[in-house]
Amino acid sequence: MTSSAGLHLKTFVLIFLMILFGPLGNVSLSKGMKTIGPISLHSPADLLRVGVQIFQSPFIWLGVLLLLLFFVSYLLVLSWADYSFVQPAGSIAYAVVALLAHFLLKEPISPTRWAGVCVICLGVLIVGHTSPRTTEQK
Amino acid sequence: MAWETVLLLLIVFAGTSGELCVTRAMKTIGEVHDFRPSSLLRVMLRAIQVPWMWLGVALMAVAFFSLLGALSMENVSFVVPVTALSYAAGALGGQVFLGERVSRRRWLGVLLVCIGVTLVFLGRK
Repeated sequence: MTSSAGLHLKTFVLIFLMILFGPLGNVSLSKGMKTIGPISLHSPADLLRVGVQIFQSPFIWLGVLLLLLFFVSYLLVLSWADYSFVQPAGSIAYAVVALLAHFLLKEPISPTRWAGVCVICLGVLIVGHTSPRTTEQK
Repeated sequence: MAWETVLLLLIVFAGTSGELCVTRAMKTIGEVHDFRPSSLLRVMLRAIQVPWMWLGVALMAVAFFSLLGALSMENVSFVVPVTALSYAAGALGGQVFLGERVSRRRWLGVLLVCIGVTLVFLGRK
């Protein structure tokens, strides 16, 4: 049995890594796809061409690497913590994505969209503060 | 616009069901105590022997390529917040398919997520 304090620390560290790697990965993928430009699919050959372009983009590979790191942290934390605890703990990631998109990719974000992102974070947080188990009562 | 909606829906539904499958797979393996690379490798080797893991990974791959498609059309500050709709999908799916009782407080959170996503849509241009 792991001590409660140790369990909290390793949960905290892995959730922090999730919040860092996940948004960075998404932003990197976005950068990669924007570099490729709009996709038009008219024939199977187009799909192959786009596929080749995708896997030649360094930003896509960086994004995939970061999301893999995110995924490994996620898998590890899920081996002991509840899904319904881990998912809401990542709510802050939505704000991190918006901040990174704004500062790294210079995406214009309207005040309405900022408000939307904040409301989403709040909503995700509230979802997380509910009972994790409802199917069985002792 | 139609394509974009399909891609966003795939991200939400394939992603959420993929995560649920992966969670189920990892729970059969049990808590990870040892973080040395060799032990982590052993955990991963055990993980890929669980069929739920494969189903989960396949669904997450679908979600991933849908994400790439959506990101080629839209800004990441639009796409990622919209994927928060997976919380609504999760609550609905839990209640309908798994017979979970979703509390009023949880529905309130889901409602807020939906309001937030609506604002993100409205703040598009």
